[in-house]
Amino acid sequence: MRLALAIASRFLLSSKSQSVLIALGIGVGIGVQVFIGSLITGLQVSLIDTTIGNSAHITITSRNADRTIDDWQELYARVSQNPKYAATSATLTRPGFTVTNNQFETILIRGFQLPQADGIYNLSQALIAGEFRSGEVVIGRELATELNIEPGDEITILTGAGQRSQAVVSGLIDLKVAAINRSWVLMDLSTAQELLKIENLVTAIEIQLPDVFTAREEAERLKTELDEYLRVENWKDQNEQLLTGLQGQSTSSLMIQIFVIIAISLGITSVLAITVMQKSRQIGILKAMGIKDRQASLIFLFQGLMLGILGGILGIAIGLGLAFSFTKFAVNPDGSPLVPLVIVPTFLIGSGLVAIAASILASLAPARRSQKLDPMEVIRNG
Amino acid sequence: MVNALELKHVDKVYDGPVPTQVLFDINLAFAENSFNAIIGSSGSGKSTLLNIMGTLDRATKGEVWVNSQSTAKLSRDGLAELRNQTIGFVFQFHFLLPEFTALENVLLPHRIGTSIISKEIVDRAHDIMELMGLSKVKNNPSARMSGGQQQRTAIARALINQPSIILADEPTGNLDSETTETTYELLRKIHQELNTTFIIITHDRRVAEKADRIVEIRDGKIALDMYR
Repeated sequence: MRLALAIASRFLLSSKSQSVLIALGIGVGIGVQVFIGSLITGLQVSLIDTTIGNSAHITITSRNADRTIDDWQELYARVSQNPKYAATSATLTRPGFTVTNNQFETILIRGFQLPQADGIYNLSQALIAGEFRSGEVVIGRELATELNIEPGDEITILTGAGQRSQAVVSGLIDLKVAAINRSWVLMDLSTAQELLKIENLVTAIEIQLPDVFTAREEAERLKTELDEYLRVENWKDQNEQLLTGLQGQSTSSLMIQIFVIIAISLGITSVLAITVMQKSRQIGILKAMGIKDRQASLIFLFQGLMLGILGGILGIAIGLGLAFSFTKFAVNPDGSPLVPLVIVPTFLIGSGLVAIAASILASLAPARRSQKLDPMEVIRNG
Repeated sequence: MVNALELKHVDKVYDGPVPTQVLFDINLAFAENSFNAIIGSSGSGKSTLLNIMGTLDRATKGEVWVNSQSTAKLSRDGLAELRNQTIGFVFQFHFLLPEFTALENVLLPHRIGTSIISKEIVDRAHDIMELMGLSKVKNNPSARMSGGQQQRTAIARALINQPSIILADEPTGNLDSETTETTYELLRKIHQELNTTFIIITHDRRVAEKADRIVEIRDGKIALDMYR
């Protein structure tokens, strides 16, 4: 074993430029794989983050005619105690209109439990002017522009039930989705209940999960626990297209990675096969001197292993370098990276292991050749 | 007298479109600690005979006994171990590993047998190399030595495991006459000092005449078997 390792390393060192070239070949391949993997992950994370990061992953609503949840405090207390949930909040949501500055707009009146809702919508971060104040409302940026409103101004709100009331705008918010920014009128829960004349009721309980992809399973589980009249929805069912898109990305990136690995393996196999030919004289004499077939094959497996380790390390470095420079050169006008860099340590380690596995796999055929080599071939031919 | 090596009714036929028989019913026994020469013209089958004696090649028929043990039933690994422990090879070409230094090459057969390199074995390697006049080039890469030095390194390598048999196939075939002379003197000296059985193939009668026994192979048969 040790001898095979010593001979393998000596063989690699004796033809340094060839070894460096193979390791570089593996490195570039794995580098591309790390880069593409990190890019796609970054892309997906930022896509998921912008799409559903600041929204409820599971929403419990009611099938009652007025869409309100009975005994919501009890339900909320139960749900909010679940340690598996990142955040929970009860909301009261009703459509409405605003007639302000001679402009007529449809709006969505949203009453949130503050600060619980902050855990889901990150409201305090999204505020671009003013603040949340009890009895006053915060409106979306686009809506404010449409209505020509600034913090401190008043708006007129018409509820679906026909009540008309005045509210002071205490702040402006940018939730990064134009449709939301154009329609949402946010306030705390009690303000909403008062405005809508709905006493002590909510229309939904919203949940955010630490792992967004478990939403469907968790929703299914919740369904079995809750009363029949309650509806449990999850973001996955509501965003099929997004999911299909993400899956498409993952599959195409996996395909690229598989072909990169095949290319690497073919490269290593052919180079090591040539090495066996180059070193057949040495293998032959080692066999004449009594090296066993298994050890003779180990020499080439070890060469594969060492090239794999070297190539893997090089590859991770190259991949990270590429990804890092991508975030430096491909930037938005404000200087923030176009695609945020997401480094997943397990993915890096996985890529390194792939390099090693591919290299060992590629060295199997040459190792077998070395195992089968008959010393007579060498000795007879000189 | 105990035989170090014995061939019993050995035939060798090379397969091919036209099968060629190169050895015909060879019966030969070499006594322990003897110094033997096998001579014969090119194509007489003497190298094939040596390779079969060294278990590098299998006889088509017949048996090879090494140190009173039949090799017929040994596996490839068993044969490898036997070669490593009991037979030292010297070929016409030195077959040193260019990736290693002279000393490392000498130690290789030992390292094949065991991974432990004791001080004792390193001392032995130094001693043998000194005997071979290689002290000054011990740490040279094996490719950076003269032809004579390379062949002497190959001989030192054959001796490191203290094998009971040394098989040499034209060991001086690539050397000039002066180096040939000193190499043979060395081989005789080793023979006397280490009590090893030597079987040397040569086409040079002057060289053969220095042996205790000369076996001549002609057309795959023993044509002459002469003790001095």
